[in-house]
Amino acid sequence: MTAQEINDRIQNTFADSVLEFNDTVLQPYLKINPAKFYEVCQYLRDNEDMDFNFLNSVSGVDYGEDLGVVYHLYSMTRKHKIVLKVILPRENPQVSSIADLWRTADWHEREVYDLFGVVFLNHPNLRRILLPDDWEGYPLRKDYVQPETYNGIPVLHPDMRGDSK
Amino acid sequence: MSWFDLKGENNILFTKLNDFVNWSRQGSPWAMGFGLACCAIEMMATGASHYDLDRFGTFFRASPRQSDVMIVAGTVTLKMAPVLRRLYEQMAEPKYVISMGSCANAGGPYWQYGYHVLKGVDQIVPVDVYVPGCPPRPEALIEGLLQLKEKIKKEGTLK
Ligand code: SF4
Repeated sequence: MTAQEINDRIQNTFADSVLEFNDTVLQPYLKINPAKFYEVCQYLRDNEDMDFNFLNSVSGVDYGEDLGVVYHLYSMTRKHKIVLKVILPRENPQVSSIADLWRTADWHEREVYDLFGVVFLNHPNLRRILLPDDWEGYPLRKDYVQPETYNGIPVLHPDMRGDSK
Repeated sequence: MSWFDLKGENNILFTKLNDFVNWSRQGSPWAMGFGLACCAIEMMATGASHYDLDRFGTFFRASPRQSDVMIVAGTVTLKMAPVLRRLYEQMAEPKYVISMGSCANAGGPYWQYGYHVLKGVDQIVPVDVYVPGCPPRPEALIEGLLQLKEKIKKEGTLK
């Protein structure tokens, strides 16, 4: 199925679910309404014509104003693919977890939570995955300010301490 | 004729106790392999047959209690730093540290924007020898080890 057909099917099945569709780029994408996100994913996985049985990756993005999460889906049986994006507000970014649909999402969502602070609702185990548990802040956000010390250990290089950062 | 009488008579050497102890300490420093990143691959190569670290009396122990020198090979993250410090404290005296590679020396490629990287292992443990490189070749690590031996030989009063 082409991206256009996938888009049409989703739009016909779920009203107001697709906020934007673009297939003029290398990897056609759909921007999905966060409120409908879980249902759309479930449909994409379970519908026989869609049959997206493989989630490549979950990525976090800081667009400056907003945060986003990008999902790359692939169907091994139908040999088609699609990219889903959800755009979330910087304050209180929340979206449903899809870890129960694709197990890949479990650790990937934890990583996005760890580095961007996106909260995945109903995730089975939403803890930091790379950074220590007592870390403060989300380092891949563009407005992240690096602390001077972590548990008493100096973080900055000796040449970088003081006024310049 | 050798200075050492092999027939078993008169083979007595006079030396200072301090020199003798230093000499025996430098002979075979067992290393605790602290492989943390890419540098660890070069450290493993140094230990393997081609470079054969055993020639210098050094071989890797998996326990800090059995090691004399900790070779910090790689990027020390802030998450790892407390663990590294604890393992250092578990080593028996006398103990030495070789910092291998730019990461362990000063943060390496992460020195400026690495929010999660310790900018030099010397911030948390005393370092005896720094081996530069990214990664250092096995020859460089061997040179670092030989430098450490020289340093041990010159150590001051016995403690
Ligand atoms: S110094 Fe270079 S080779 Fe060694 S751990 Fe750091 S990045 Fe890797």
